[in-house]
Amino acid sequence: MKSTFKHKFLSQWELQVMVWPSIILMIVFSFVPMLGLIIAFQDYSPLSGFTGSEFVGLDNFKAFLGDKDFYNVLTNTLAISLMKLLIGFPLEIVLAILINQIRLALFKKFSQTVSYLPHFLSWVILGGMITSWLGSSGLVNSFLLSTHLISEPLSFLSNANAYWWIATLSDIWKEVGWGTILYLAAIAGIDPSLYEAAKVDGAKILKRIWYVTLPGIKNIIVLMFLLRVGSILGANLDQTLVLQNSSNMLRSEVIDSYVYHLGLAQGDFSFATAVGIFSSVISVTLLLVANFLTKKLSDSTIF
Amino acid sequence: MGLDRGEKIFNVFNVLFMLLFISIIVLPLINIVALSFNDGYDAMKGGIYLFPREFTLVNYETILKDSTIYTAFGVTVAKTVIGVIGHLAITGAAAYALSKSYLLGRKIFIRMGIITMFFNGGMIPSFLVAKSLGLANSFWVYIIPVLFSFYDMIILMNFFRSLPESIEESAKIDGASVFQVFFKIIVPLSFPVLATIALFHGVYQWNDFFVAKLYVTDKTLYPIQYYLYQLLTSAGAASSAKAGVYVSKTFTTQSLQQATMIITTLPIMLIYPFLQKYFISGMLVGGVKE
Repeated sequence: MKSTFKHKFLSQWELQVMVWPSIILMIVFSFVPMLGLIIAFQDYSPLSGFTGSEFVGLDNFKAFLGDKDFYNVLTNTLAISLMKLLIGFPLEIVLAILINQIRLALFKKFSQTVSYLPHFLSWVILGGMITSWLGSSGLVNSFLLSTHLISEPLSFLSNANAYWWIATLSDIWKEVGWGTILYLAAIAGIDPSLYEAAKVDGAKILKRIWYVTLPGIKNIIVLMFLLRVGSILGANLDQTLVLQNSSNMLRSEVIDSYVYHLGLAQGDFSFATAVGIFSSVISVTLLLVANFLTKKLSDSTIF
Repeated sequence: MGLDRGEKIFNVFNVLFMLLFISIIVLPLINIVALSFNDGYDAMKGGIYLFPREFTLVNYETILKDSTIYTAFGVTVAKTVIGVIGHLAITGAAAYALSKSYLLGRKIFIRMGIITMFFNGGMIPSFLVAKSLGLANSFWVYIIPVLFSFYDMIILMNFFRSLPESIEESAKIDGASVFQVFFKIIVPLSFPVLATIALFHGVYQWNDFFVAKLYVTDKTLYPIQYYLYQLLTSAGAASSAKAGVYVSKTFTTQSLQQATMIITTLPIMLIYPFLQKYFISGMLVGGVKE
């Protein structure tokens, strides 16, 4: 038995050589950090390390669950994610359907090219652009002043109450076009004879979209929805870092940036890791619940 | 097949909507280009939309006189090129090996990979691991942790599995080794999907600033995005070192930022249209087959 394993292994040594670097990288950069999660249950000090630090049980979890700041951060995360989900998600589907309906091939291609473009800008660039557009002499204020809708420039980014909207709308601006790709692919896969049949039956264009296009891409809609629900506690860290300032902090701090600030800026590694664990446990749970519910309601799931 | 009246009306509204949508994307971008070519102090008065009002090249000239931007640009180009080649080599090789169902240990590897898609150590433990490996303040911190991506591996593996087995068989009968088959047959046949992964990883490498923020304090290792990030976040503070360097009557911190943003984005904007046709088909390969 052993010799056949050895023989088999040696006969495919080239393939084994090709796969082992990746296995090692995965162990080092994915599994070792998972073991490192143990510091959430410790009073970790960099000097004593994983092995030497004192165990404190669930103290770190109790600490943030009893912390008023934490609930504020959780509210911000949920609010921004839900706004992105409720506005951005349907918008992607609508946009995909509209792009698909364009009859002029050249205009269709142009629309796609333009709509994907912002996805390739980094959040640093976009952060700078947003600061510029929303600045006191920027595009938005200039326009509002010249149309006499306002008499004084508004300071959008230092207004905490405006932050949720700025975060949501800027994210949609950046990603809505990109989000259409998979839907467009799914629409392209719908059997054209279904449209013909619907047309013969006298279905007008909106009815054909409702009764042929949407059911045709239902599976991919469910899949994308599940993935979004699973990442609802992960409000984009890059975005937060570039748009956040001391005046909008109250509404802009989300779980990821909270973990960053506490853990890496203030050095409270254990506390920040505990918050991180809480957030991933909730995310995986949400994903499983959403998957279970969609399995009940329809036949498409990820698992 | 003629169009009915409802469809004609729909198409008119659709074109109008798309024109509006395109304007919402494009016009703000043109605004930044216009500002980058405008005199900084003049721009502060507001009212600049799509064309510069007081045209000047001084913003660009000032930036291009600053030697740190060349270093940052060099670091970014290096990490993008080396990162993409390394990522394709490591992830691609693993994908090819795993596309063979007879590979020993295949199941365990795939299961491990699926676990990593749902659970991870998160920011702090990952940071501590990378730091203890001596990656802090090293160029390799940009490259090594992202050499392998399970998600990209799945896309590549699905593509390799879709290639007809018979091509490989005939090459093997002619005496080609596994590596020869991989480099001479598989890689050329997989150009679209490899280009897709290359574009995605290249864009990630070009755009990332967070790795530098976490691990790098050595200024000669700053990538362009992190250089820009510092330029942007220090803009509010009058005492910032940058503001001190740039005392002038013709430009402001903002006008320099705008020019830097354009310079930083230009390479992606130039490459993107050429790769577009590949990434659309490449994404479908991975998405549909799973």
